[in-house]
Amino acid sequence: MIEIRIHGRGGQGNVVAAYVLAATAFNDGRYCQAFPAFGAERRGAPVVAFVRISERPILRRSTVKQPHYLIIQDEHLLQDAKLCDGLRPGGGVLVNSTKNSDEVSELYGKPMVALPATAMALDIIGRAVPNVPLLSAFLALTEMLPHEALNKALAERFKGKVLDGNLELVRQAAAAMSPGLWKETTVARSA
Amino acid sequence: MLEALEGSQAIARAVTLCRPGVVAAYPITPQTHIVENISKLVADGRLNTELVSVESEFSAASVVLGAAVAGSRAYTASSSQGIMLMAEVLYNISGLRVPMVMTCANRAVGAPLNIWNDQQDSMAVRDSGWIQLYAADNQEAVDSTIQAYRISEATELPVMVCMDGFVLTHTLEPVDIPDAAVVDEYLPDYTFSRTLDSANPISLGTLVGPDHFSEIRHSHHQAMIRSQDAIIDADKEWAKRVERSCGGLLTVEGPPDAKVAILAIGSAVGTLREAMDVYPQRRKVKLIKLRCFRPFPHEALREACDGLSDLVVLERAFSPGAGGIIGSEVRASLVARGGRQPKVHSFAIGLGGRDIPLETLPRVMEAIKEPSDEDFAIFDVELDRLPAEDR
Repeated sequence: MIEIRIHGRGGQGNVVAAYVLAATAFNDGRYCQAFPAFGAERRGAPVVAFVRISERPILRRSTVKQPHYLIIQDEHLLQDAKLCDGLRPGGGVLVNSTKNSDEVSELYGKPMVALPATAMALDIIGRAVPNVPLLSAFLALTEMLPHEALNKALAERFKGKVLDGNLELVRQAAAAMSPGLWKETTVARSA
Repeated sequence: MLEALEGSQAIARAVTLCRPGVVAAYPITPQTHIVENISKLVADGRLNTELVSVESEFSAASVVLGAAVAGSRAYTASSSQGIMLMAEVLYNISGLRVPMVMTCANRAVGAPLNIWNDQQDSMAVRDSGWIQLYAADNQEAVDSTIQAYRISEATELPVMVCMDGFVLTHTLEPVDIPDAAVVDEYLPDYTFSRTLDSANPISLGTLVGPDHFSEIRHSHHQAMIRSQDAIIDADKEWAKRVERSCGGLLTVEGPPDAKVAILAIGSAVGTLREAMDVYPQRRKVKLIKLRCFRPFPHEALREACDGLSDLVVLERAFSPGAGGIIGSEVRASLVARGGRQPKVHSFAIGLGGRDIPLETLPRVMEAIKEPSDEDFAIFDVELDRLPAEDR
């Protein structure tokens, strides 16, 4: 079973990101579970959501304390030194940042992959919602699930121009990653 | 068909399949998404119902009460303070012996204000005379909602389907939404023996004096006890059609010769089930999943506890100054049987949204090794954060 924790701020589509990733896994024939840890329900407040993906039915419903992967939708949340707590050895961190991967890795003292997801979303759909490019990048890095399953999950949720824009974001974000960079980690193999 | 759905979405779909004539509800976290999804299904033309917008939970319950006695299948849902505000009408619905199904998206009751999950709300109305079924996962919540209409209309007792707020309502997971034809065949058309009809006028809700009140209450009590058969039957009949069961009144899992059992209710069951594998215990442990809390399944419980030395009751609510609610009832039920009884360890866990991690199992097993005179404890309280007199 793979456990993923998504950090962001209210309004960034954190819960939607978790639901879409779980639905992507479901579309690929996996068991999935996604849920938010709601705090103060307002824009800008730090929020967390959790995703589990497995070949077998998922029984536990506790929060994810030891994630295999972290997806950080707002780089500034990393100023909380505890944000990455519990990340498993060999696990990956994907962060929304206009800096490059080397820069964020050095700045925050651990290996990370960066993607300018907000800038991409503003450019293509005109809204500062970084979730879809980050999900696409995550799939490209892990090669855990096919992008077609993500596109299907998006088509179940959006339509028209919004869907088209998001599908374009999926393409561009996937192309910006080194495919399979995280594939050889032990955690990706156990998915 | 298996779909990846948020719990609230799945409940809205299940309600749709039951074809209620009237839905009335007032939004409250974490029930809101259920009502929002029902509203969307109505707007999309997928649910043909009279959706009544009301100004309070008191009105929501009053509207569905009126609808049910006027001959419509009806549905409502609420949580926490909303259940508190409904309480008076809940007693009227059950006391008038009106068929009704509602969802309680379980949440803590303030103060202190807390929007997160525990089960204090449904426990606070446990004596209202409603049947209470607790769902361990979203599939059970869907199946129990459909079964609830069959139980309710067969017994003329209202049914509250309780599902943990956020932990289930806001969790997306695979859920099988049954075919409409299967539900239509399982659930007969709505009938109520005392439907209000101007051609044959009767009164409902008249004053009942000391001469008759005890008898009516006795009948209600007997009907609740008898409803156990309807609850078991509804689950069995459903299982024949969908090849899965919600577990009737309660289920026992694990080694039959185990001398220790953990009894749990609601969504904590899944975590405990996995914990049994992740943390194998030196002493064999059974898991008792309590689905039906009202009526209290005395016989099934006594059978499940036969031969146990220790029974741990984990619940998400308690009665301040008394202790565990389920814990106390379990103790009383086992004592009433007489003979050799297990030691009952009663704990409240997961209050106000506190996480229930896998390690709960080994920590509970460790805790019960210590000899203790305490009848009850809130598990995992950080005593050093409290003033000395409260420790």
